[in-house]
Amino acid sequence: MSEEISLLKGNEAIAYSAIRYGVDGYFGYPITPQSEIIETLMEAAPWKTTGMVVLQAESELAAINMVYGGAACGKYAMTSSSSPGISLKQEGISYMAGAELPGLIVNVQRGGPGLGTIQPSQADYFQTVKGGGHGDYRLITLAPNSVQEMADFVGLGFDLAFKYRNPAMILTDGVIGQMMEKVKLPEYQRRRTEQEIRQQCPWATLGKTPDRAPNIITSLELDSAVMEKNNERFQAKYREIEKAEVRYELVNCEKADYILVAFGSAARICLKTIEFAGNEGINVGLIRPITLWPFPSKIIRDYADRVKGMLTVELNAGQMVEDVRLAVNGKIAVEHYGRLGGIVPTPDGVLEALKEKIIN
Amino acid sequence: MDTNNIVSPENLVYAKPELMNDTHMHYCPGCSHGVVHKLIGEVIGELGLQETTIGIAPVGCAVFAYKYLDIDWQEAAHGRAPAVATAVKRLNPDKLVFTYQGDGDLAAIGTGETIHAANRGENIAIIFINNGIYGMTGGQMAPTTLDHMKTATCPEGRDINLMGPPLKILDLLALLDGVCLATRQSVHSAAAVKKTKRMIKLAFENSLANKGLSIVEVVSTCNVGWKMTPANANEWMVENMFPVYPMGDLKNI
Repeated sequence: MSEEISLLKGNEAIAYSAIRYGVDGYFGYPITPQSEIIETLMEAAPWKTTGMVVLQAESELAAINMVYGGAACGKYAMTSSSSPGISLKQEGISYMAGAELPGLIVNVQRGGPGLGTIQPSQADYFQTVKGGGHGDYRLITLAPNSVQEMADFVGLGFDLAFKYRNPAMILTDGVIGQMMEKVKLPEYQRRRTEQEIRQQCPWATLGKTPDRAPNIITSLELDSAVMEKNNERFQAKYREIEKAEVRYELVNCEKADYILVAFGSAARICLKTIEFAGNEGINVGLIRPITLWPFPSKIIRDYADRVKGMLTVELNAGQMVEDVRLAVNGKIAVEHYGRLGGIVPTPDGVLEALKEKIIN
Repeated sequence: MDTNNIVSPENLVYAKPELMNDTHMHYCPGCSHGVVHKLIGEVIGELGLQETTIGIAPVGCAVFAYKYLDIDWQEAAHGRAPAVATAVKRLNPDKLVFTYQGDGDLAAIGTGETIHAANRGENIAIIFINNGIYGMTGGQMAPTTLDHMKTATCPEGRDINLMGPPLKILDLLALLDGVCLATRQSVHSAAAVKKTKRMIKLAFENSLANKGLSIVEVVSTCNVGWKMTPANANEWMVENMFPVYPMGDLKNI
């Protein structure tokens, strides 16, 4: 049997992948450059086939709280938005982290701050991996660099979210969301039955059965001693995730004298830069963090002993560079190159910056 | 006849609803919340819905509603209960899903979620406690605070020229096609309690029959926030709240 290959936008791949993964509910609100996700779902009408609920909410706030409600029932619930809308969802994300609810949030980033622009950006890195909402919590963050990874990370995001009872985010941008590529969508997986959910998620609020106490989903605890214990439990979970779930890709790192560190669309651009540099006899490698939290600090630290310098390439004013510097801890030079406001760097521009900031 | 003869099932005239547990309530003496909680417990028990009910608790005085009734609960962010309930019901169409919200939660910060859930005709029930004040945070002005009524944030009394008149959100909701029941009740007398229980039951039955959104507003006292005795608060409510928030069905179809 021949492989089923589709030609899709990144946003469309997210939508189709969600249906095939057996997602129970998508709740969204239109915003450029990610509206194709809800449009594709509405066109596909999965409520007629898999029974998946698709609802256009009255706001991003409502949408993330719908995800909260669905997740609290143990359902696969997800939402998507772009930067300004993701800011609105931060309250709900914090509540989900506090109530230990698994769910998937997709951020197809655009340039900010404020209403900003509809062009691509990676300026929500800090918001995503350093907090965003209030309180000490972490968000499992996946950064796809292709339409294929957009499709694959829906399932991976839910798997990790449910494994750790924690919200997960796909942090992507307008480039990956809008570009078309070949993609192999995941196999269809049937939605779980209520019985299966009750077994998989004994904490889910699906109605109290006589054999157990009421299930209560809340982030509230007024007794500080208990609240401290709750926080310690969250932190222990985060340490476990940091130990087990770091993902990254290495390109041409073995012989490299210099390393670029970039994620998502910026990493795609860096692949071309590596080629151009090679033509000039400069050995450049790429470390591509796939999980932005947990961050691949160890591999970056390891390479700090083996190369002369690192340059982070980001569609922002220098955010991930702080985490790379923390990992490198002063051993070698770490600089940042970025374009702002929706401008995408060119491979030549990256090479120039590498020469100017690191090599020379 | 001794005591043991009297204590027998056929002589039982009143009992705590089975779903109500023995957790000490945090509500102030004289508050209406406890009575409404009891009614919800009774109705769920009588309808046999304990295993298929999911309650959504608000932020406000009833934030701990989930401690007192032995059903599955979710605690929503301030004002977002109707959005949370929307997803719970749509993903579990055969369950009873209700929210329990105060006036700040439902009529101030959550106005958007309330109106849109109602307009979509979500098959949920909303129990709405209107006591005209923010009780939990210490008695500040609510959207439903009466003209000239004093609170911590309008110590000279509400000036409707500055703050607008009390928001009659039930009247707004009754206009929406997605709403099948919009009724205003109270629990200050035995007769009123009975009537409110009947309307809560109807709201739950409507939800199960997928008739659309039902809302039962319970005009309530906050004697501590109002700085009155419980008995005086009841009298004050009848004299001052009822003319602004008249009892009865605004819509019942």
